[in-house]
Amino acid sequence: MLRVDVEKRLGEFSLHASFTSEGRVTGLFGASGAGKSSLVNMIAGLLRPDRGTIAIDGDVVDDTAAGIHVPTYRRRIGYVFQDARLFPHLDVAQNLDYGRRMNGLALDPAQHKRIVDLLDIGALLDRRPGKLSGGERQRVALGRALLSKPRLLLLDEPLGALDEGRKLEILPYLVRLRDEANVPMVYVSHDVAELRQLATQIVMLKQGRVTSFGGVKVLS
Amino acid sequence: MSEITPAEWTAILLSLRVAVIATLVATPFGIALAWLLARRDFWGKSVIDALVHLPLVLPPVVTGYLLLLTFGRRGLVGGFLADYLGIVFAFRWTGAALACGVMAFPLLVRPMRLSIEAIDRRLEQAAETLGAAPWKVFFTVTLPLALPGVLAGMVLGFAKAIGEFGATITFVSNIPGETQTISSAIYSLIQTPDGDAAAGRLVIISIVLALGALIAAEWFARRATARLHGN
Repeated sequence: MLRVDVEKRLGEFSLHASFTSEGRVTGLFGASGAGKSSLVNMIAGLLRPDRGTIAIDGDVVDDTAAGIHVPTYRRRIGYVFQDARLFPHLDVAQNLDYGRRMNGLALDPAQHKRIVDLLDIGALLDRRPGKLSGGERQRVALGRALLSKPRLLLLDEPLGALDEGRKLEILPYLVRLRDEANVPMVYVSHDVAELRQLATQIVMLKQGRVTSFGGVKVLS
Repeated sequence: MSEITPAEWTAILLSLRVAVIATLVATPFGIALAWLLARRDFWGKSVIDALVHLPLVLPPVVTGYLLLLTFGRRGLVGGFLADYLGIVFAFRWTGAALACGVMAFPLLVRPMRLSIEAIDRRLEQAAETLGAAPWKVFFTVTLPLALPGVLAGMVLGFAKAIGEFGATITFVSNIPGETQTISSAIYSLIQTPDGDAAAGRLVIISIVLALGALIAAEWFARRATARLHGN
């Protein structure tokens, strides 16, 4: 469960969003500039709200009144960015293993195999990120985030940098993740079709405000 | 050009020892400072930045004299170090290393700082979302990606240290076998009536060492670019 009630001023723009989501995939929908990325960055702890609270699974990670701000690295979240942000000095296998090492988790070969198979990245393990296509990079980024065993996975327009063909290539993987990976997700997009396929709940943002909230039907 | 004499060898080996020690000791300080200047905003940052570059623009004899005042036996720091820790800089090779380290520092820090500034901060953010505490981000992402720049800084610092003259001779004088480096040996030789041949040999060695360092720095810089593109 994700509970968000935050205010943030960024120059001229002001964001004031409040929602509680129990869904497996919460879709954050809105035009560019609606505040979607700022909201996700606040959930990740990369951006600090001016006022408000954020709780992940009942665990308060931000509470400005109580002076609580849990740093990003202790939030146990996974984050897939629009640009995959793979570490260029590490090969794919090392990128995938990074979160496990940083969190001091034990090796889990079964989980590793499951995710590598789910995303079809077994053939890429000894390649460097520079030698991957955009779609491959994004699949590795998904695997890297999942293997850090997050309690919430944030995806900020993960298909945004891909052309139509590549999008269609990745979407089925995301559907499989939703159904099999058992990690709740927040999925940011301005693409109605994408969210119809993936989201179970929609938070609609317009100019920094939540304008509707509910099932996928609010998109129509 | 005949063979290199034992006295010349002494100067060459001393220069190498002084420059290696100066570079190795200066490197951790250089990395820390490069990171601070590249990644942090703090009060007095421009003053620190100016202080680091000071040895580059100050007459070396002034830097040497200031070192003598500070680290000489009667100097504020030098007196303390000699009395309590038994570390003496004045007229010792360690003093030559200190002078070379100070003079080389701006050249050593600069490539390190540039390479840290060139790293995409979003990679560091990604590392944080994967559970890496700030110090782990530094050692697993920032430092490895900056490594070619760090090495280039070390090479340039080394090249500067091995050729340093003014501050060294002012601070620790020109004592054969103790503080007489290649540069001060050349200086002595060209003032001696038939020192030309010996001076010539040392000049050639200086040129070779400096060129080698520049080529190495260039090579590291190219490696850095390749590394940042993930190839």
